[in-house]
Amino acid sequence: MPLSVTSHKVDSVAMNALYFDNNATTPLDRRVAEAMRPWMWEEHGNPASIHQFGRAAREAVEVARTAVARLIGAAAPEIVFNSSGTEAMNAVFWSVGSIAEFKGHVIFSAFEHPAAQASADRLESFGMEVTRIPPGNDGVVPAEAVIAALRPDTKLVSLMLANNELGTLQPVSKVAATCRPLGVPVLTDAVQAVGKVAVDVEQLGVDFLILGGHKFHGPVGSAALWIRKGTPFESWMIGGSQERHRRSGTLNVPAIVGLGRAAELALEELPHRIRQLGAIRDRFEAGLSRIPDARIHCRDAPRLPHTSHIAFLGAEGESLTIRLDLAGYAVSTGAACSSGVVEPSRTLLAIGLSAAEALASIRVSFGITNHEEEVDPFLAVLSESVAALRAVAPLASTSTSAVD
Amino acid sequence: MSSPAHGRQRPLTAVAMSGGLDSSVTAWLLAEKGEACIGLSMLLWDHSGEATHGRCCGALDLGDAQRVARQAGIPHYTLRMDEEFRSHVVDPFVNDYLAGRTPSPCVNCNTWLKFDLLLERARALGADSVATGHYARILEGPDGLELHTALDPDKDQSYYLFELTANQLAAARFPLGEMTKGQVRTLAREVGLVVAEKAESMEVCFVSGSIQEFVEGQVADHPDRFGSLPTTAPAEAVRTDGQALGPSSSPYFRYTVGQRRGVGIGGGEKLYVIGVQPEANQVTLGSQDELLAPGLLGERLHWIGQPPTADPEHGGVRLTVKIRSHHPGVAATVDKAGEESGEGLVAVRFDEPQRGIAPGQAAVFYRGTRVLGGCWIRSAL
Repeated sequence: MPLSVTSHKVDSVAMNALYFDNNATTPLDRRVAEAMRPWMWEEHGNPASIHQFGRAAREAVEVARTAVARLIGAAAPEIVFNSSGTEAMNAVFWSVGSIAEFKGHVIFSAFEHPAAQASADRLESFGMEVTRIPPGNDGVVPAEAVIAALRPDTKLVSLMLANNELGTLQPVSKVAATCRPLGVPVLTDAVQAVGKVAVDVEQLGVDFLILGGHKFHGPVGSAALWIRKGTPFESWMIGGSQERHRRSGTLNVPAIVGLGRAAELALEELPHRIRQLGAIRDRFEAGLSRIPDARIHCRDAPRLPHTSHIAFLGAEGESLTIRLDLAGYAVSTGAACSSGVVEPSRTLLAIGLSAAEALASIRVSFGITNHEEEVDPFLAVLSESVAALRAVAPLASTSTSAVD
Repeated sequence: MSSPAHGRQRPLTAVAMSGGLDSSVTAWLLAEKGEACIGLSMLLWDHSGEATHGRCCGALDLGDAQRVARQAGIPHYTLRMDEEFRSHVVDPFVNDYLAGRTPSPCVNCNTWLKFDLLLERARALGADSVATGHYARILEGPDGLELHTALDPDKDQSYYLFELTANQLAAARFPLGEMTKGQVRTLAREVGLVVAEKAESMEVCFVSGSIQEFVEGQVADHPDRFGSLPTTAPAEAVRTDGQALGPSSSPYFRYTVGQRRGVGIGGGEKLYVIGVQPEANQVTLGSQDELLAPGLLGERLHWIGQPPTADPEHGGVRLTVKIRSHHPGVAATVDKAGEESGEGLVAVRFDEPQRGIAPGQAAVFYRGTRVLGGCWIRSAL
């Protein structure tokens, strides 16, 4: 059986399709691809090598490190390059657990990314105690609840900066302001926030921060873990001691260069991007008032500028997503797990939605490749699809889709 | 910029794609004709941890379905239906064994899953029909649509479709019904479908090892649904005349009617399983001729269209019945059975006695190439 892609035709819906699923991943910026290109082609050194090939690669990596550090207001040596937010999450939880000899207590919000949830479950199975703080109905984890859960033996607090499904911003700096004087390290998963809102590690006051390149037009497979200087860290990935013993493995130079360039662009263009995304999203949400019984989740909470999560009661979210895809619009049902969750999103249930509301929800996340003029035609198709679905079907079950 | 499918008036067909050869060619054929299609795959059973390539519904097969859809140029979606599959196909399968029956899971899967549930999902997506890779035909008859056997008698799958209703037939399409398996494979090779060399899928797609071990494993893993195994003691073997033969080698649920090997009763004579009695943990053995029965008692009678009229000379409806999927068929008379006819009980009397009437299998009624309906075998007459 041939293994190559033998696509004979173009998928008939792929043409002219519009991409409104930027929380899943974002398109690679052409300028980023151009920066990466030499590192996939002419250049090939290992940054650990002594010779000029190695030196050139090392310099490219350090330029990228500086760019990433600047984006979040950090110092370059504090940046550890790795492959994904999931890897970084595993690394932090592992480090905290192993330094504590898997004794003590960790706190995390109940709607963290699955990488955090699974990591916390693992620490629990190793004997640590875990407190899960549910979000309020506004999609925000109350800082007071996190603070109230602190114990003398708390080894880590993990609170995402922006929720991947709802886009709601979390009171990370408030939590960190209490934790730091107590010596409790705070981890924030900023994967959905970086490149969408201003992020500054000093202002946040956290100890660990995670960002991922492909959420802000960098390459997939590029990510970084920021570790505040002086924070104890033990790497679970051991080997050649790259990244100052914090992440072994030959550096992925093209990806790192791409991440660096994406960070540079995000920093330069952030005010413009926020305005552009906000204008598109606001126009979209204003237009939703023309669709009967469309409910925007967590509308009044502080949110990312580009994400809308909406329930259309009586219209099953997965079927709606497929109908929109057939009509040339890419949106998401939310964040189900690729290993399969038949249940409605835990995040949506956690903010007090019924199963029926959760299953009738879709997530629309705009990006910098979108334009305001695209909103009205989209609303027309959305309105028509919702009406068609409400006319036919009782709620059917959900299917799988990939995790963000 | 707008949307190719937006404002579309053309009818949309959903192709049920398992990743196997037949459904792949089905998708290709419809797309090639320029019809508006989408491919839908059902995630039915978690095979994780098994080597599943080439088996129905495994993750790798869904990948094949996706690749074929790309080749055919149609959008493809995977719908998660494992809960429904479990509750409507797998659990009844296990329960049938525990009740001493020989289940026929493919009938449930084909009718209920594909032409009930999937059709409903397809309609929600704007499609008005479901096409599958079944070898069967839908023909226009004087009184409406009729289900017929495939032109390729070796591949005919009409047996599995006897529970379709007239309304479901109106929304079903079987583009392979006029083709032979050889033609289908040749076409797949010619157009270069990635599944062209793929082997046939097996009959019970969710079982990878022995059925008996699967059944026992399900009971052991899911006491909430099945309770505990009714017994672990070997079934007592008896002759049809009541003569005790001593313990067999396994509990009753490891036996099905018509089985010869594995009973563990020695002696010169070839003995077959004639019946399975769960309550007594007993298995009745007999000679091959003792498997013969003049007819069967059926339940849950179903006619696809209007019920055919009885032939007064024979005291019932004359037709041909198949008592298992590969049975050649035998002429028979079908009549309501006693006062219980309200439950759809029927007596099916064969013109010639037949071997191996297995409770739990379907008895499917034919007239010529046409499938009239059928019933589920409760017992031999």
